Order: sequence, then C-alpha cells, then structure tokens
Amino acid sequence: MGEILHSVKLDIDKCIGCTDCIKRCPTEAIRVRNGKAHIMDERCIDCGMCIRVCRNHAKKAVTEPLDKINDYAYKVAIPAPTLYTQFRNIVNPNIVLTALKKLGFDEVFEVAKAAEIITAESKRLLDDKNMPKPVISSACPAIVRLIQIRFPSLIPNILPIISPKEAMARYAKEYLMGIGIKKEDIGVFFISPCAAKVTNSKQPQVIEESYVDGVISLKEIYLKLVPVIKTIDQPERLQMSNSEGIGWAHTGGEGNASGIENHIAVDGIENVIKILEKVENGKLDDVDFIECLACVGGCLGGPLAVENAFVSSNRMDKIKKFNKNNLYKRDIPLFDHPIDMYWTKPLKTKQVLKLDDDMEKAIEKLEHLEEIYNQLPKIDCGSCGAPTCRALAEDIVCENAHIEDCVFMLREKVRDMAEQMVTLSQKMPPSISKDS
Amino acid sequence: MKLHFDVEGGEFITAGIASSKVKKTLKQLGISPNIIRKVSISMYEAEINMVIHANGGIIDVEITPENIDIQLVDDGPGIENLDLAMQVGYSTASKEAREMGFGAGMGLPNMKRHSDDMTITTEVGKGTKVHLAFKIHE
Repeated sequence: MGEILHSVKLDIDKCIGCTDCIKRCPTEAIRVRNGKAHIMDERCIDCGMCIRVCRNHAKKAVTEPLDKINDYAYKVAIPAPTLYTQFRNIVNPNIVLTALKKLGFDEVFEVAKAAEIITAESKRLLDDKNMPKPVISSACPAIVRLIQIRFPSLIPNILPIISPKEAMARYAKEYLMGIGIKKEDIGVFFISPCAAKVTNSKQPQVIEESYVDGVISLKEIYLKLVPVIKTIDQPERLQMSNSEGIGWAHTGGEGNASGIENHIAVDGIENVIKILEKVENGKLDDVDFIECLACVGGCLGGPLAVENAFVSSNRMDKIKKFNKNNLYKRDIPLFDHPIDMYWTKPLKTKQVLKLDDDMEKAIEKLEHLEEIYNQLPKIDCGSCGAPTCRALAEDIVCENAHIEDCVFMLREKVRDMAEQMVTLSQKMPPSISKDS
Repeated sequence: MKLHFDVEGGEFITAGIASSKVKKTLKQLGISPNIIRKVSISMYEAEINMVIHANGGIIDVEITPENIDIQLVDDGPGIENLDLAMQVGYSTASKEAREMGFGAGMGLPNMKRHSDDMTITTEVGKGTKVHLAFKIHE
C-alpha cells in the first residue's frame, strides 16, 4: 500500500497558521505553508498532540459517524475501558454497556476483557526470555510508529502481539459466526479515545487486515450516551472484565495487570522519547518491561476523550474498587475459539529522516545543512513555518524552503539591498558635473 | 563530514547531548539501525565517562561513507590502571555519580564490545584520549 492514511486531518478554514502545532509535534511532521498547517504524511504518527494543542480546533481525527453502524445487520460495539470513566457517579460498567445497546448496538463486548487475555499472552512471551530487554509494549500505536520512525533500532524490543481491540474484534466475529450470524452481516465498531487507533484499524502495519469495521470517537458517542444512561434503572449483565483489564486504560495498567514488578510505565510523548533515548543508549537493559503511552494519563488522556485525564483517573480508581466486589458478570463462551494473537507481518523501519539515498550526497547535504544552520539565528521562533531553525535548515537542503523564509535573514537581505541602493544613488552619471 | 562538541564536566542531567546529536545525524544519513545502536551505546558511555571522571572535554566525530570515527579527548586525571578499568563492574565513580545511576563499571567494557575498534591512551595527571571506530557496512 503506497499511500499513508492518517486519521488526523486539518480543517483548512479553521487553521490560522499559528505555530502551536508545529512546535509540539514530536516528530516535526508539521510545517506552515501559505498561512496553513501542512501535515507531512510520512512523519505523522497520529499521536493527536496537534489536536490537543490547536486552539482553533483545526485539527481533527476522522472517525465514523454513529449512523455508520446501520450499514450492518448485526452491530457490535467494542468500547475502550476509558469510556467508563467519562461519566460522573457511574462506577458500574454494566450501565454504560447497557446504554450502548440502547443506542442501537445488538451486542457489546469489552476491550478490557481482551486486554486481560493479551496480558496473559504477553506474560508468557516475557517469561520465555527470548526477547531483547527491555521488552516494549505494543499497546500504544502512536508509540509503535514513533519507534519505527525515530528509534528503529528498538523494533526488535517491541512485543509482537496484537492490540486488545484487535483481539476483541476477532473473538467477537468468531463467536458470532459460530452462533450462525453471517460474517458480512457483522459490523464491529471500536469506541476510541485515540486517533492512532483509528489509523491502525484502517491501515494495520503488522497484520494483514483489521477485524474492526469502523471506529467511533468517544467524544461523539458520549453526547448520545449521557441522556440514555439517565434512563437505566436495571442494567443488563454485560460485563466480563475485571479491574486488571479496565486498568489498562491508565498509565501503568498493563504492567500492573501482568504482575511484572521490574517495569517502567511512562506517559506523555516527550517523556517517552527521553526513556527510549535511554533504551537506545543501552542504559535500561536491567528493566524487563516498558509500557510507553503517548498521552499523559495513558488512554484516559486520549485526544478523543471528553473528561480531563486526572479526573478520569480518580473515577478509574472508584470503578476498579467497585469491580473488586462485583460478581455480577456475564458468562458466555466468547473465548472458546482461539485466535492468532501475534503479528503476522514484520514492522518495517521507516527512514523518514534520511536526507538522501546516496550516502555521499547525504553527507554533502548534511554539511550544507550545518552551514545554513550556523547562519540562522537559532532562536526557533517558528515564523518561517518550521518548528526550529534546524528544521528550516533541513527543509532548505531538501529544497522545501528558502533561507529568506527566516524573517531575520530576510531583514538582513533587505538591509543589504537598501545599503546597495544608497551607494548606487550617490554615484552620479558621468554626463553630470559633480559640482552642479 | 566533521562534528565537534564541547562537553561540560559534572553536568549529569544534560550529559548525552553530543551522542544524541550524533545519533540524529546518523539517522539523517540513513545509517542502519544496528550500527546506530552500537554507536549510541559506545559514544554515550564515553561521553558519560568524560562528564563523571574527567570534568569534561572535547569530542570530534568524522563520518565518511565507510567509517565513523570518534575521538574523545580530556585533560582529566587519567586512568591509573587501564586493565582494571576494562574489567566489568570495576568503577572509580564518585558516590554522587553512583547515586544518580552512573558508575556501574560497565562503561569501558560496553564501549569495547559495541565498537569495531577502540584505543585508549591515558596518562595519570594529564588526561585520556579515546578513539572509537565503526564500519558503516556490516
């Protein structure tokens, strides 16, 4: 597949060409050109940082509208556990799951339950001790892409296991087909707090095809769920998950569920980059497992979530406490049919930072880049449309920008020209006497 | 191409900036991830040694289409017993450095293991020169 699909898109009319998004993008994937932000597809990891920082709401994640479920005769919701934390005073997941059914879904299966199964499989793989240490979780797709682009030497450290949403979609389809529902009638919809999971459902890199038929943003479904939740007195018995699976939504949840004591849980993309730098420098070989999450607070802080991540964390604690004593769980043979939980395609290196395929030319460009960079003011103001002076120098050597895009360089050039004009104006033509 | 860095001594928090910049440069040149990892580990260890033991110094990096050569020069205290320093686990790092997680006695052995060639010349009271060489094509 040549074209790279992304869920993060720009609303041109709302973009005012400020520098908020270019400054915060962790992979320097955005430039401002002609007064509008421009996302470089090959560098974007869909982390959603630009969605979060855009004060004009010009960045959006493209998800499916709820109506899309009507394309299928049998509609299945697979909600991320973050959904449970969005509602005040709701600690029983059954209420939220019942409300989803009332919105039009025929069946509801929790991603949290699949997270528990994935946890067991990950633990088994970690116990095998065949993987290079530290093993890095593959749960956050933005981090997988970040490693692919910025830390390719760490690809062998990534746990080659599918995500809980993908596992649940597979279990759901296998189970429903087993009870006689036709495959083409089943539509599985993931309810997501995350932009990167939209992309990785549409264009999976490590499996042939996703079993998820559509991704609905948590933001969109939240508004529709609020009035329905108020009407539920007697929730259905739909929950299968425990606190361990639900806890995956929060930083540290995956590591805690697996019981691996020697682990690091890091959230926020800048913090993750610092930790991955350490791994790349060989300084964390004594750690067994690293859980990296692009959003602060983990999936609770996802760009498509409604509630503040810290408030959600407080609610998560209450939900987990409630679930420790809740024995009112659903029991169906959903997991009787085993699924393949492993990646079936290798994760490929993406050398998007490479300046040229020819090494000698790349060195020449890099030397030129250094020369340009040394002329620039190095104050990283962003007025040129690049996040830093160094990024502008890179753009110039790649012929995507001019040195005059820098306002300081332009001003210097204008001053030189003005000085030349003054000098010229003082030179009289020889036909005119100097005394006249 | 040539790169030059001045490294400050005792700056534990910012230590590793030079190796981080070299790492980015190698990625821009399209060097294979495996070589980048080897350079990262060796150069980071050498840079940290310079920060911990030698009160800083200078680093010069030369990259050609075939090789990566890294020279680290300091005028620190020098290494008293190089054979001992090369042993895994041996360290003369300060208590302060150890409390920050450095000084596990893996620096020199790691540098040797991950580089294609390493030479050290050192003189007590005068300083240390470390040369790390890597072949770009495995």
